[in-house]
Amino acid sequence: MDMATGEFNSSENAGAGDPRPLAIEARGLVKRFDQTLAVDGVDIAIPEGAIYGVLGPNGAGKTTTLRMLLGIIDPDAGYRRILGADDPQDVARRIGYLPEERGLYPSMKSYEAIAFMGALRGVPLPEGRERAKQLLEEHGLGHAIDKQIRQLSKGMAQTVQLLGTLVHDPKLVVFDEPFSGLDAINQGKLEVLIRNLADKGTTVIFSTHVIHHAERLCEGVAIIAGGKVPYAGSVEVARDRIPAQVRLETRARDGRWRAALPDDARRVGDFWQFPLPTSGVEPLLKALIEGDAGILSLSIERAGLHDAFVAIAGEAAARDMVSQNAGEQA
Amino acid sequence: MSQSAIETGGRLSMWRGAFVIARRDFTAILFSRAFIFFLLGPLFPVVVMGLAGGVGAQVQSEAMVADVGIAMEGEDVDAMLEARDALANQLPGTVPPMVELERLQPGEDFDARSVLENAEGSLAAVVTGSLDAPVLTATEGRIARWQGTVGMVAGYARDGARPTAPPVGTSVVVTSGAQENTGRLRTAQGGQVLLFLLIMLLASMVLSNLVEEKGNKIIEILAAAIPMDAVFLGKLFAMLGISVVGIAVWGGAGASILFAGGMSLSDFANPGVGWPMFFALFAAYFAMGYLLLGSIFLAVGSLATTVREVQTLSMPATMFQILVFFFASLVVTDRGGIIEYSAMAFPLSSPFAMVARAAVEEALWPHLLALGWQAMWVAIFVRTGAGMFRRRVMKSGPRGTVRRGPLSALLGVFRNRSTPTG
Repeated sequence: MDMATGEFNSSENAGAGDPRPLAIEARGLVKRFDQTLAVDGVDIAIPEGAIYGVLGPNGAGKTTTLRMLLGIIDPDAGYRRILGADDPQDVARRIGYLPEERGLYPSMKSYEAIAFMGALRGVPLPEGRERAKQLLEEHGLGHAIDKQIRQLSKGMAQTVQLLGTLVHDPKLVVFDEPFSGLDAINQGKLEVLIRNLADKGTTVIFSTHVIHHAERLCEGVAIIAGGKVPYAGSVEVARDRIPAQVRLETRARDGRWRAALPDDARRVGDFWQFPLPTSGVEPLLKALIEGDAGILSLSIERAGLHDAFVAIAGEAAARDMVSQNAGEQA
Repeated sequence: MSQSAIETGGRLSMWRGAFVIARRDFTAILFSRAFIFFLLGPLFPVVVMGLAGGVGAQVQSEAMVADVGIAMEGEDVDAMLEARDALANQLPGTVPPMVELERLQPGEDFDARSVLENAEGSLAAVVTGSLDAPVLTATEGRIARWQGTVGMVAGYARDGARPTAPPVGTSVVVTSGAQENTGRLRTAQGGQVLLFLLIMLLASMVLSNLVEEKGNKIIEILAAAIPMDAVFLGKLFAMLGISVVGIAVWGGAGASILFAGGMSLSDFANPGVGWPMFFALFAAYFAMGYLLLGSIFLAVGSLATTVREVQTLSMPATMFQILVFFFASLVVTDRGGIIEYSAMAFPLSSPFAMVARAAVEEALWPHLLALGWQAMWVAIFVRTGAGMFRRRVMKSGPRGTVRRGPLSALLGVFRNRSTPTG
C-alpha cells in the first residue's frame, strides 16, 4: 500500500509497507453492453487476506465488475490477475462466489445443496456431503441438514447458500450484496463469519450499498459510481480525505473570536460547524480564548466513510445508496 | 479437507462439469413426481388412440350397412334371396346384403328411383325387373361395384343352381412377400411415430428444466464455477439418461404384455435389418434426433426469461419439427425417390427417415453413413446451441437487467453477449 495516498498500487504486492501479494489486481477494466458503458476503466488492487468492499448504488457497475473479476463475463478491455492467474478460470476451484440473486434447488436437501456446490468446485460428492453436515452443525443449522431448501426460512436458505460458497475452502471469497435480505441478527453473524475468514487468511471481497458494513469490516474499499472507480484504497485514507469537522458552542454570540472561524463555517442550531483548519486545533483554541468566545463545548469529529463517499462519489450517488438501503429495510 | 478435495487447478473440465450437472439433474428428475407422469406419458396417447380407433371402427361399421332392396315378383324375390345367401357363403364379404322390398304382382310397376330418393333406412340400391332382365337402380359408384354381383345372383336365381366349388386344401405360412412388405412398412411408420413422440416429449422436458433453473437463479453459480457449455451438455445428457430409463421401463412393460399374451417378436414382420439391429439403430437415431432437437430447444430456452416467453419461442421450433416429421413420414411412400434422399440428408428429418429405412431395407452401410452425417450435425447444433446458451443465459440477471420481448431477444442473440446488472 502506498502510505502517502493509501492506494494499493503495486503489481507485485500491496505496497511498500504491505508485504502481502495481491489476491486481485485489475487495471482499466471496461465492459459495454449495447450502447451502455457499464464499467469504464476500473482499477482495483486487493492484497491477500484483506476484507475489501466494493461500494456504490445499484446500477453503478459493482456486479459487472465482480463478474469480470471472476471470469463469468470477459472485459472488453483491461487486465485482471486473480490469485496469480491471468485467467480467473484457472483458479476457479480456489474461489467462492455468492451472487446477488440467491439460487438453490428447492427440492434439494440442505446438505446436498452444499455438496453440489462443492462438486462444482471439484470436491468429491461423498466428501462434500460430510463437509456440508459439519458446516451446517457449526453454523447452528444441524437441525436442517435433512430438510429440503423449500422448507427453510429465507435466512436459513441464504446461510445454506453461503456455506455452499465456502465448502471447498476457497482462498478468495466474493460476495455480491451479502447483507441484502438478512435481518440484523444474521447480518451480525455474517460480519463475524467474514472476519473469521479473513483471520484464516482468506481474501474476502463484497459489494454493498450499505456503507456501515464496509466501514466496520473493510480495510480497503473501491467506490464505484457510473461505471468508474473514483477511489480505490484503504478506508482510513478515504476518511482522511475529508478534514475533521469542528463542532463549537460558545457563550458569546459575536466578538473578535469570530475572525478565528474559517469562511465556510456554518451555523447549525446553537453550534458552529466547520472543517478543522490545516494549522490544527491549538491555534484555533488560542484565538477563541483570546477573543473571549466563552467556549461551552468544542468537539472534533473525524469524517466517516459516508462523508468520504459523498465527497468522492458525489451527493447524488450517496442519496441513491441511502434511498436503496431505506427501501430494503422498509 | 484432503488434497484430493481441494485441487489447486482451475475450474472443472467441460466433461467433468457436464457430469456434475447431469448427475444432479438425473437424480433430481428420477426421484421427482414429474418422472412418474413422464413414465405414464405414453399411456395417454395409447389410450386416446385406442378410444379413437374403437369409435372410428364402430362408426365405420355402422356406416358400412348398405342393403340392396329387391322389388320383384314374389317367386323371383325368394329365388334372389336364396341365391344371395348361397353365394355369400362362397364369397364372403363380396355379396351385399339383400332384403325384400316389395313382392310385385305380374305386370306391376315399381318406382325404385323415388324410394331411393326418399333416403329411407339403409337402402343403397334397388333391384327390379325380372330374373332374366334385372334392373339395378343406385348411385353411379354403387352400380359400378354391384352390377356384376347382382347379375351373378340373378343368374344363379334364374337357373336354380347351387354354386358348387371343389374343396380347397390349405397350407398356412407365417408370412409372404406381400405381408412382409406391409409389416415392414407398418414397423417403419410405428418406429417414426414412436421416435417423434419420444423426442418431442424429452425436448420439452429439457426446456422446462432449463426455465426452472433460470427461475431458481442458480445459473450464475453454475456459470461462475464451470464452463457454460458443460451446463448445456449436462442438461442434455441428463435427459438422455432419463429417456433411457423411460424406454427401458416402457419397453419392459410392452414386452411383458406381449409375452403374457403369448406373443413374441417372431409374430411381427421382421424389419429389414433384423430386430436386434433395428433396436440398436432405433436407439442410435433416437439419441441423434434428441440431441439435435434438444440443443435447439435449450438454445431457445436460453433466450427466454419467463415460461410465457419459452412457449412463444418454442412454438415455431415445435411446429417446424412437426413439419419435418410429416416430411420424413413421406419416405415410406416414396422409397428410393427424391423425398427419401432429401429426408435422409436433412439433419432434422434424417433420424426419422433412417429408422424407416432400417425397417424396410437390409443394407447396413447407409446407416453407418447416416449416423456419421448426423453426428457431425449434432456436433454443429450442440456447439451453436451451447454458444447461444453461453451468450444469453446470463440475461436474466438481477436489477438493472434490460428485459426484452421474445423477438427482440431472438434478434439480440446476434448482437450482444449479455446484459448489465449493476
